[in-house]
Amino acid sequence: MSLATFFQHLANGISLGSLYALIAIGYTLVYGILRLINFAHGDVFMMATYFAFYGIAIFALPWYISFLLAIILTGILGYFLEAGAYRPLRNAPKISLLISAIGASYLLENLATVLFGGRPKSFPTPKIFTDMVTIHGVAIQKLTFFIPVVTLIFLFFLLYLINHTKSGIAMRAVAKDHETASIMGVNVNRIITLVFVIGSLLAAVGGIMWGMKFPSIQPLMGVMPGLKAFIAAVIGGIGNVKGAVIGGFLLGITEIMLIAFLPSLSGYRDAFAFVLLIVILLIKPTGIIGEKIAEKV
Amino acid sequence: MKRNTILTLISLAILAIAIYFIDQNLDSYKVRILNLCAIYVILAVSMNLINGFTGLFSLGHAGFMAVGAYTTAILTMPQAVKLQNFFMVPIAKPLETLNLPFLPALFVGGLLAAFVAFLIGAPVLRLKGDYLAIATLGFGEIIRVIFTNTQTITNGALGLKSIPNTSNLWWTFGFAAFTVIFIAFLINSSYGRALKAIREDETAAQSMGINLFKHKMLSFMVGAFFAGIGGGLLGNLLGTIDPNMFRFFLTYNLLLMIILGGMGSITGSIISAFIITIATEVLRFLDDGMTIGSLTIPGITGLRMVVFSALLMIVVLFFTQGLMGTKEFTWNKLLNRSQKPLAKGGRS
Amino acid sequence: MELLKADHITMQFGGLTAVKDFNLSLNQGEIVALIGPNGAGKTTAFNMITGVYRPTQGEIDYNGKNITGLRPDQITALGIARTFQNIRLFKDLSVFENVLIANHLHLKSNFLEATFRLPRYRREEREMRETSLNLLEKVGLADLRDEKSSSLPYGKQRRLEIARALATKPQILLLDEPAAGMNPKETEDLTQFIKKIGHEFNLTIFMIEHHMQVVMGISDRIYVFDHGVTIAEGNPYEIQNDQKVIEAYLGVAEEDA
Repeated sequence: MSLATFFQHLANGISLGSLYALIAIGYTLVYGILRLINFAHGDVFMMATYFAFYGIAIFALPWYISFLLAIILTGILGYFLEAGAYRPLRNAPKISLLISAIGASYLLENLATVLFGGRPKSFPTPKIFTDMVTIHGVAIQKLTFFIPVVTLIFLFFLLYLINHTKSGIAMRAVAKDHETASIMGVNVNRIITLVFVIGSLLAAVGGIMWGMKFPSIQPLMGVMPGLKAFIAAVIGGIGNVKGAVIGGFLLGITEIMLIAFLPSLSGYRDAFAFVLLIVILLIKPTGIIGEKIAEKV
Repeated sequence: MKRNTILTLISLAILAIAIYFIDQNLDSYKVRILNLCAIYVILAVSMNLINGFTGLFSLGHAGFMAVGAYTTAILTMPQAVKLQNFFMVPIAKPLETLNLPFLPALFVGGLLAAFVAFLIGAPVLRLKGDYLAIATLGFGEIIRVIFTNTQTITNGALGLKSIPNTSNLWWTFGFAAFTVIFIAFLINSSYGRALKAIREDETAAQSMGINLFKHKMLSFMVGAFFAGIGGGLLGNLLGTIDPNMFRFFLTYNLLLMIILGGMGSITGSIISAFIITIATEVLRFLDDGMTIGSLTIPGITGLRMVVFSALLMIVVLFFTQGLMGTKEFTWNKLLNRSQKPLAKGGRS
Repeated sequence: MELLKADHITMQFGGLTAVKDFNLSLNQGEIVALIGPNGAGKTTAFNMITGVYRPTQGEIDYNGKNITGLRPDQITALGIARTFQNIRLFKDLSVFENVLIANHLHLKSNFLEATFRLPRYRREEREMRETSLNLLEKVGLADLRDEKSSSLPYGKQRRLEIARALATKPQILLLDEPAAGMNPKETEDLTQFIKKIGHEFNLTIFMIEHHMQVVMGISDRIYVFDHGVTIAEGNPYEIQNDQKVIEAYLGVAEEDA
């Protein structure tokens, strides 16, 4: 393989990794605060893409307006998801929450099929992103660079929020212990809602960029990326934002490299993430930078 | 013979007579639906063994079904049909001539599925709750991906067509009865109680001397065995299978069935398997539209599934216990007799 | 005869040492208590002995055999049973089923024999049911056998948990705060109950307890923990008069200003 091709693959891997990271952050935030896998997260991501699509394709809005609206709408969707499917079961046995998450995911996928039609649509990526740049003889889409940059910007803001603001401290407190945080004056419900909304907003950004990079969109497009992003979060260390990012990039890059170097295995591309998951769960279940949560007997 | 045994045998006889008459008299559309109902009973009850009775959140049932379906299909397809199917890439040589009658083919399918469960369970059953769910979901997907890529064994994405239509009401209801009786007997034995203990409180169960891993594996493998049989019956009913049939949607449907029926109830799973399978057919008009007289009401593709997913949400949010909760139908309860003394085997 | 020996066992969780250098000796037929302020590491010590935690250091021997690091179910099979500080009954199952399940570990039939109700299994099942019913009668819960275990009053739940542990046919019984949450009358009943089952089932009992009437009333020996360290060991009289023990519970007396 030529250096140029390798560089192309690497750029794609980093791009894909950024997208996984953006979605993974949403999973890890929700898991950290509720000990719940938000199965519907991948479908929230899908809805954002469709919101943006309809903004441009049907309502003929300029792309930046459409994207902004899509992100806001998705945040609202995240709010209602939490309020409708998870909050009523806050004190129910874990398995009910899990089933509700699956049910919400299923419902969103089917609603999307009914509302948007099951056949794939073509995402209208604005020209500014599809333009190519040539570096050392290698032609790469501008988008491929744009994605990691945007991801890192949002990540920077998120880490600032978590580590240097009152809300961020409240989030970390609730993640540790709901009851104690509530005694300390934190409005636990509000924080949980905030976490869901933030996660959904990030997923929306990821969804829109995903739609631009992989322009064929369909109602089930969120399933695989959602699962893989969750796996990325686990690999990095579930509950830990930096871990989600590390996991996301790791998964994205290795996935692309696997196909690049072993093209005969490209059919197994999706299975690869799951194999990684099993391996990590067996060797170091707390993830690369995770911490052990002991159970009191 | 004990009274309960006699009652059970009489009901089986009545079932057999009913099947005989239905087979002769009902149109093929309705017979097909009944076949599907019986198959889903097998699938729902076997999934309930793992999820409802042992408390393991396993989402990989579709994978075990796929193993059973493909195994049974390949073992029952005549050589000529195999050659027809594998036109792009020829089938692996030993499989081309391998042939078994339906019953052993089903059992081999079940055993193979149980073996796959053993391989998967070894790493995965040590995980708790959510992680187990994701891992089993992942394995279900891995199996599907493998089946899509092993052209020489499964014909890949092309799938298998013209599978012999050997499934009929006798086979499906026969196996449904066998599954229900086997699992009911297992649940009511000491092993079944151990599984329930694991569901209630793993730490306490372990401290009472129950080997968690061994018992979880038992539940997992038995559940997978019957899933494999269900898959085999399904393949030979539909006549055609492909890897995409066995996606997580299938497992979600089963999940809906066992939740609707009540996760700790075999009776509930049987009832809900019938309800959901029949409803799936009855609600077909939501997708396809319907004509009343001269009025045509259009359908929307996927509306049927929206109804089902909404149903799942409603049940889980408002009716956590489902239809039956953990209650079971028993002859004792029906006939309201006083129970035998516990020490002599009466139910507790 | 020494049944159980723990040799310098230590439990470290990351930077926190919950139990340090614990030496325990249990002799056949004894009733031994482990006392100490809350958070002193007593349940952790239990968890090490019963296999819930693997000691970071040290060794535990039972009947001469090294049992350090064995799984809890293996340790129970060898003859050490326990109850829990927060009662861990199988809530949705009946009183009878709770005790029945504890017989399972002695079952010799495999699951196929059980499912097809083969003769050997039928016999074993009958024996298990008889044994369980007898056990329930001995602890006075037989009339409640079909009730859901979570519907029992607190004191009876405790007794059921003990009965369940007894069904595993142990030599050593570990009780974690059996008198927790009980009023003086219930505590007195429990004290007599523990003495009775100790004799009747030929048990060696090791218990964590805060109620001093129980501890001083029936213990042959007492270990005292504070911050994970054994600060005293001896018979009830010695412990009651031990200065370190008094300080640990009541704090050091302040010097006059």
